[in-house]
Amino acid sequence: MIDVNKIRKDFPILERKFNGKRMIYLDSTATSQKPIQVIDAISDYYKNYNANVHRGIYGLSEEATDLYEKSRENVSNFINSKQAESIVFVRNTTEALNLLAYTLGKKLKDGDEIITTVMEHHSNIVPWQFLKEKGVKIKYIDINEDGTLKMDEFNNLITERTKIITVTHVSNVLGTINDIKHIGKIAHENGSYFIVDGAQSVPHMPVDVENIDCDFLAFSGHKMLGPMGIGVLYGKKEILDEMDPFMGGGEMINEVHLSGATWADVPLKFEAGTPNVEGAVGLSAAVNYLKNIGMENVREHEKYLVNYALKRIEEFNGITFYGPRDSEIRGGVIAFNFKNVKNEKIAKALMDEGIMIHPHDVASILDINAVMVRSGHHCAQPLMDRLGIPATSRASFYIYNDLDDIDEFINALDNVKKVLKL
Amino acid sequence: MTYDIYMDFILENYKNPKNYGKIEKPNATSRGLNPLCGDELEIFLIIDKNIIKDIKFTGKGCAISIASASILTEMVKGKDLDYVKNLKENDLLNALGIEISPARIKCALLSYKTLKEAISNIKN
Ligand SMILES: Cc1ncc(COP(=O)(O)O)c(C=O)c1O
Repeated sequence: MIDVNKIRKDFPILERKFNGKRMIYLDSTATSQKPIQVIDAISDYYKNYNANVHRGIYGLSEEATDLYEKSRENVSNFINSKQAESIVFVRNTTEALNLLAYTLGKKLKDGDEIITTVMEHHSNIVPWQFLKEKGVKIKYIDINEDGTLKMDEFNNLITERTKIITVTHVSNVLGTINDIKHIGKIAHENGSYFIVDGAQSVPHMPVDVENIDCDFLAFSGHKMLGPMGIGVLYGKKEILDEMDPFMGGGEMINEVHLSGATWADVPLKFEAGTPNVEGAVGLSAAVNYLKNIGMENVREHEKYLVNYALKRIEEFNGITFYGPRDSEIRGGVIAFNFKNVKNEKIAKALMDEGIMIHPHDVASILDINAVMVRSGHHCAQPLMDRLGIPATSRASFYIYNDLDDIDEFINALDNVKKVLKL
Repeated sequence: MTYDIYMDFILENYKNPKNYGKIEKPNATSRGLNPLCGDELEIFLIIDKNIIKDIKFTGKGCAISIASASILTEMVKGKDLDYVKNLKENDLLNALGIEISPARIKCALLSYKTLKEAISNIKN
């Protein structure tokens, strides 16, 4: 088990108070807080090592380049990728997925198909929808009542025209941990590329790209204790080698003449322009922090928290949560709504939607108690449509949360009905 | 943040919104969306000789957006179009009578934006 009190001391922001109360941060699914080790690494980079990378002959630039490339190796190691060249630094998951939609998409033809799921974040839907213009068809795997994927549908929807299967590892709303190893097998037996959105898995559990055997994995630094503006696209090297570049400019070329240009080797082929060195250094420090705790321990801790939180929510009576009850297949995220208590007291406007209290009001009232949750569609509107709701509130957990936080959260929920006089 | 935004006046307009419903043959209508939270609001108007004879709205939203639609529709019902055209965001915010944080201002003004949109394309 991990020592939350010790961990909290590393996160200066958690000392802040709101309305005189200790802040209870339950929105790590949106972005995590940062330990002092990460903040210091960034500050140390600027104090001692800043120079543009890959270009300078002078020692300082070599040191900066070295830090940048060591960060790449560290990240590569973290997800058990066999070579650092497989790690492309991007801004975030969204950019990684757009890179893939653009480069892989260029090769697709009218009538080719992509399979994804209804539980995806917009960033794994919208970039693929851009390809509809060329006649590419997108098929969506539906979910079961418990928020797991209808695995049978893969075999029903897949055809020889299916070129890409792209699936989130963990849903940022349902919390469902998908059986991506199995989905990867289905994809590869069909000769399709297999892409995993790891935005909600890499920060929270051991992820091993060799074991999963995915062709690509996308994730964001800011959700795993690292800074904003740095993300990762992992790709199998032999596939990256064959792909066209994404953006053109400096850094990504071999040589340029007025008649044309040739590309640098991977990963630089995909890293046009001056990269986010500070971000890579910060992410590497975050990786060290997580390695120190151990990803198995992170996962066990979140399982323990989500089990407790679901139990408290069930006892609370009057709250619906979405996604699997079984913490073996659920990450540390709980999207929820108040349900039909004293229906006659509320406007028909909301009853029609089956929602008792709007998630915005829930989040506003929880904020009075310094309990910070998200409300809205969580960039997963197709999933909201599928669930038949406009929005949810969402609490999510990380290494700095403990049972006290969950108790405070449940107490604050009690306050919601009081404030709204329901 | 305080409890202040959930004052009785707001809660009443939330739980029993005025002018909630549809108008069958409106001559002005608009649908407003709050893309960040998935709220939506539809406003229907009957305008006769420059006067808002009737106005109704439907939609789903939080206490603030529903109450604001209720209060706004009450404000403009029976008034002429010039009144609506001259209506400022602050007039509505003042009528709500609560201090609204930047995060919730979109909720409070969804009805206002939707109404302005509706009267910019009136059918005869
Ligand atoms: C499952 C999932 N995919 C993708 C993203 C997008 O991440 P980013 O905004 O860092 O690109 C998120 C972030 O909320 C997410 O939860």
